[in-house]
This record gives sequence, C-alpha cells and structure tokens, in this order.
Amino acid sequence: MGPSERRRVVLYGLAPLALLAAVVVLFLRYGPLGVFEAAFPPVERLTVERVVLRDGEVVVHVTNGGPEPVTVAQVLVDDAYWRHTITPDRTIPRLGRAVITIPYPWVEGEPVALKLLTSTGLVITHDVPVAVASPAPDARYLATFTLLGLYVGVIPVFVGLLWFPFLRRLGRRWTHFFLSLTGGLLVFLGVDTLEEALELRAGVPEALQGTALVAVGVLGTLLGLTLVVRRTARAAGGGAAGRLVLAYLIALGIGLHNLGEGLAIGAAYAVGEIALGTFLVLGFMLHNTTEGLGIVAPVARDRPGLAHFLWMGLLAGAPTILGAWLGGFVYSPVAATVFLAIGAGAIFQVVYELGRLMAQQAGDELMTATNVAGFVVGLAIMYLTGLFVA
Amino acid sequence: MGGRLSRRELFRLAALGATGAAAGGVSGAGLMAGARAARASAGGSGGGMLAAAGSTGLPQAPEAHGAHEGLGTVGEVELRHAGVDPMRYLTAFDWGRVSRLPSGQTLREYQLVATDREIEVAPGVRFAAWTYNAQVPGPTLRAREGDRVRVRFVNAGTHPHNIHFHGFHDAAMDGIEPIARGRTFVYEFDAAPFGLHLYHCHVQPLKRHIHKGLYGVFIVDPPQGRPPARELVMMMNAFDTDFDGENEIYAVNTVPFYYLRHPIRIRQHELVRIYLVNITEFDPINSLHLHANFFHVYPTGTSLTPSEYTDTVMLCQAQRAILEFRYRRPGRFMFHAHQSEFTELGWTGFFEVIPDGAV
Repeated sequence: MGPSERRRVVLYGLAPLALLAAVVVLFLRYGPLGVFEAAFPPVERLTVERVVLRDGEVVVHVTNGGPEPVTVAQVLVDDAYWRHTITPDRTIPRLGRAVITIPYPWVEGEPVALKLLTSTGLVITHDVPVAVASPAPDARYLATFTLLGLYVGVIPVFVGLLWFPFLRRLGRRWTHFFLSLTGGLLVFLGVDTLEEALELRAGVPEALQGTALVAVGVLGTLLGLTLVVRRTARAAGGGAAGRLVLAYLIALGIGLHNLGEGLAIGAAYAVGEIALGTFLVLGFMLHNTTEGLGIVAPVARDRPGLAHFLWMGLLAGAPTILGAWLGGFVYSPVAATVFLAIGAGAIFQVVYELGRLMAQQAGDELMTATNVAGFVVGLAIMYLTGLFVA
Repeated sequence: MGGRLSRRELFRLAALGATGAAAGGVSGAGLMAGARAARASAGGSGGGMLAAAGSTGLPQAPEAHGAHEGLGTVGEVELRHAGVDPMRYLTAFDWGRVSRLPSGQTLREYQLVATDREIEVAPGVRFAAWTYNAQVPGPTLRAREGDRVRVRFVNAGTHPHNIHFHGFHDAAMDGIEPIARGRTFVYEFDAAPFGLHLYHCHVQPLKRHIHKGLYGVFIVDPPQGRPPARELVMMMNAFDTDFDGENEIYAVNTVPFYYLRHPIRIRQHELVRIYLVNITEFDPINSLHLHANFFHVYPTGTSLTPSEYTDTVMLCQAQRAILEFRYRRPGRFMFHAHQSEFTELGWTGFFEVIPDGAV
C-alpha cells in the first residue's frame, strides 16, 4: 500500500465520522424542533446501593444511574422528615455518587423505610427489611467471615479432593463417567451462577445496564479464558500436563463461583440472616463437597504432587472467604453482578475444555451411555444437595 | 430457627445491600462534625426566647428542639419561592374594596386571578401549583354577614378553573361551571351564614384542581362581630409531590415545619382565635392538638356558643372550626396534627407565649 493509498484509506475511514459530527451538531441545534424540550419532568433514577446502619445512624450510598443530574432535596425515614447531611453534594451528576448520613434512632430487628425526595418532588424509596448494625471491619467480624468462608468453601473442597485415591483406582470408562459427572456439576453451577448474576443486576444503576454487564462478563471471560488456555495448553503440551492445567482451570472456575457465593453469604450475614442457624452452612458444605470431586476428575489417572492439590483446593475454596469479606464490608450490586458473571463465564469455559479433553481421549464419540449417565448424575447430585440450601 | 432461608433469598438479600461499613467509615468523621454543627446552630436560633422564658423563674423547658433533634427538613424554603409567607398569611385578611349599594347594603369587591406557578413546598422541592392570586392557599376573604360580595374571577391559568364558595347563593353563582382560560366571571351573592367557610376550584378532576392549590378561606363575621382576639388563620393542607395519591408533605399554611422553626408569638392571657380549615387532599381527616392547654370549639363558626372544651379537634376534608383559648403560662408550646405521621411530615409548630409585661 503506497503512501497515497494509505492516506485515502484514512480519509475514507474518517469521512463518515466527520459527517456524523455534523449531523450531531445539526440535531442539537435544530433537531428536536421543540418536541423534546417540553416541560416534561426530567427522568430521575437514583439507586440506593448500600445502607450502613451504625449506632443511631443510617448511612445511605446512592448512585445516579439516570440520564440527568438528580438533586436530593429532603430525606424521609419511616415516613418522617429527617435531618441529614449529603456528601459531596445534594446534586448528584449522571453516574455520580453521594453518601447521605442520617442521625436516626433505628430499632434493631425492625424494618427501616427510606425515602429520598428529589427537587422535582419525585420519591425514591428503599427499604431495609431487618435493621441490624452493619459489621465494622474489626477483628471479630473478620474472623467470623473467615470462619464462614472456611466452612462453606475451603473445607468442602478439600474434602472433595479426598476422592482422588478412589478415582485413581478406576478404569478409563469410569474415569469418563466421573469426568461427565464433573461436566454435569459445572453446568449446574454455571446456570446457577448466571441466574444469580441476572438476579442481582436489578440492583445495578440503570445507566450501567445490568443485563449487558452480565453478558460482557460471561462472554468476555469465556473467550478470554479460551485464549489463555490455548496458550497455556500449547506450552504445557498434551498429556498429563495438559490435564493438570484443566484441573487448575476447573478449580479457578469453581473459585470464581464460590467468590459469588461468599459475597452473598457475607451480605446476608450482615443483615442478620445467616444467624438463622447452622443448617444453611451445613447445606452449603454438602453441596460444595462435590466441587472437589470435579477438580480431581481430569487428573485421576495421573500423579500430581501433593502441593498441586493444596493449590487447587485453595484456588477453588479460598475465594469464598474473600467473597464473604467483600460481601460483609463493601457490598456493591455492580461488583457482585460482575463477579458472578465472570464466575459463570469461567465455568462454561471449563465445561468446554472438559468436553475437548474427553473428546480427545475417547476419539470423537462423547455421547456414550456412561458419559450421558455421568452428566445426568452430576446434575442430579447438584440438584439434590441444592435442596439443602433452597 | 429452621434456617429455611433459600439460596435465592440469600442473593436477594445481598442485592438489598444493607451491609458494609468500610467506605462509610472514611467520610464518617467529617459528616458527623457537620451534623453536630448543624444541630448547634439549630439550637442557637431559639436561644433568645429560651433565655426569656428562663428568666421568668419557671421550670426550664427542655431545649425546644431537644426532643425533635433529628426530625424535620434540612434548609429553609425561600419565602419568595414559597406558595405563601406563612407568618403573614396567619393574619392577612382581604376585606375587599368597600362601597355602599343604593339600598344601603355594604358591597365588598374582590379580585381573584388563577395562575400557574411553581412553588417551593419544602426546602429544595418544587411543585407545579395552580394558584389564586399567585399564592397557596389563596387570600383569606372576609366579609360581614349580610354584605354584598362581588368576586371578579380571572382565569389566567392554562386550564379551565372556577370558584365554588361555601355558603348561601343562587344556582348561577354556585361555581361549578368551568371558566375557560383567558375568561373572566363575576360571582355575586350576599355573605351568609356567618361562620368560617371555604372557597375552592370545582373543575374536574376535582382532586387535582384542589390539591394543586386552588383553595382559600372565606370568613363571614356575625353582624355583631366576635370578641376582640388575636386571630390566626390555619389551613391544614398537604402536597403529593410525586402524584401517587399519597402526600409527601403535610402542613398548616403550606410550608412544613415552618412554625416549628419560627414559633408564632402570642401573649400570656391574650384571647387567641384560630380559624382552622381542613383542605387536606388524599386523607379524609386531619386534626389539631394543642399542648398544655384546652380550647373552645365553634364548629363551622356558625354558632356563638362553643360546642366543646378540648385539646384536640378532628376535621374531615372541608370541615372547619373556630378555636378559642388563652395561655396562662409563658413559654414555648407545641401544636400539631395528632396523626403522628402528619406531624412528622411537617404539620407541627410552636406558640411562643410572651409573658405579661414583656414587650
């Protein structure tokens, strides 16, 4: 391509942009013809992202996800006007955030109804279902959340890893049964994670487009990981090293899923709901033990060192602790939605790799009776253990 | 403790996000300092009067805002943007332009102009109101029983409006025919019966025309008059700022908490007469409760004999009553709706009773 040709390409590339700019200017100056400039009330969309309850004080974190700035004129708590301060400013620009501090003698265990009255008279409501003092990040709570993460995430995964000697003693057919079973477990977890991500997107400020955020998270992770795996697997070569990489990937996918689980547990604990009893924690333990089985299935016929098990177990289980911390102390619907979407993407990517591994090992026939049975059993195990936490 | 919390519910709870403290803690110190400063200045504003009350040697009342420290709106409604100056409205009576008809009857001529006007109904909250003479409530029209009342109504608003007066009049003067925008209509009738009445727009949809501000007080004095007193007009009204059929603001005389911040001064032993009218839309009943005192109630003001001696009166929408009382002790005394909800949404205030001898 000669220099003149290159210049022409640049010109052809820029010409539509210049035209678009001209049209935008025209539209802004003459376009609306008064139709959009009517005295309609502005669209105001304020999202309450987080409510922190401290002794005699309610702290509300809001984000403006609407198209225009919003001015919070007054604040009502439990249908009463209440004194408050707003930082940095009453007027919150598009995608801006503000913190409203209200000295309010809330009552433990009772709901708190918040209303933000904007300058146009619009009311933005947010209810705290059960008022409980928000955990401060002190040693006691850190220890509590760490323990919760250990019980719900780390210990079950390690227990699951103990199936390794059992898997080692099985023939190829049974190995494939358990690999299929892992596939079933993962698909179940993936769907579950995706659903949770889609559920949480309701709390995402509108301008941040929760559904799109989930799609970007899932697909971005799926495709990104695929690229990484290509490179890693190429470097590792086939055989045992490749299978070990896959085991690590499964651990990572499960770890991301468990991060989301930890987020939910931490957040729920902070509103006093986990205090409902040990039953839920027991259910999670049972449910998550199967995850350990899934991690070791690909390397069942190999002899990975003990350190690998340790690392894989931590990779899959420890994010639960991190999730619980984040959920308990700095919960944000946006972050939680993104984490869960990434988790779902990672899990689906792992399912894809698992299928590739099995296809390589078994020639091209994947849909054998053993494999189908394994997959269905995997789904069923997740479903049935899921009943304990549903 | 069955632990019957589902995973779904767990995530839903997480979505509610009633959690966390780390981020709040960072800015917490600064915010608290600000709140404390605000509180200090709020307490200071009432300091002068409190000192006066203290000097009487009476038991010191708790600090005026003490029991209501957190309650109330933040900031002040700018009076030039408000629907009405609440302090002036209390005692502003429009007696009309007075002349005498050939028959000897007194003629009182008033003018009411309907306009659209954006008013500030709470600090920082704008409301697209419909007004009589650019104010909400409209001016208090006052006549004596038997006077000829002639009200020239100009509709300068963007919708059809009219005026329906409570009282006696001909069918043609009943004020249910809409007056188109840009049109004028003259309502004429004899003021009767004596009592405390009301006027308001009667164009459909009625709820909207009333709630947006087209109402006012119409007082007809008995021919012999009433005993001299400090007379105050109190219109119990409310505003539904987001038009969802529920009021965000309750007040007497439009501005919530106004008389809490600016107590109404009356004198010890002075006869106080309140013209109390309920125009609250979306809630059928409103009330007034007076602290540390009892009052005589003259329902609708059509009798000169009180019907009741009480400290709480309840009125249905459009119902009204004249209340008469004297404070025997100086100090700051609260009055408010006895629906706690209304109180906390703005319908509350203070009387500042100035001791005898004080200026």
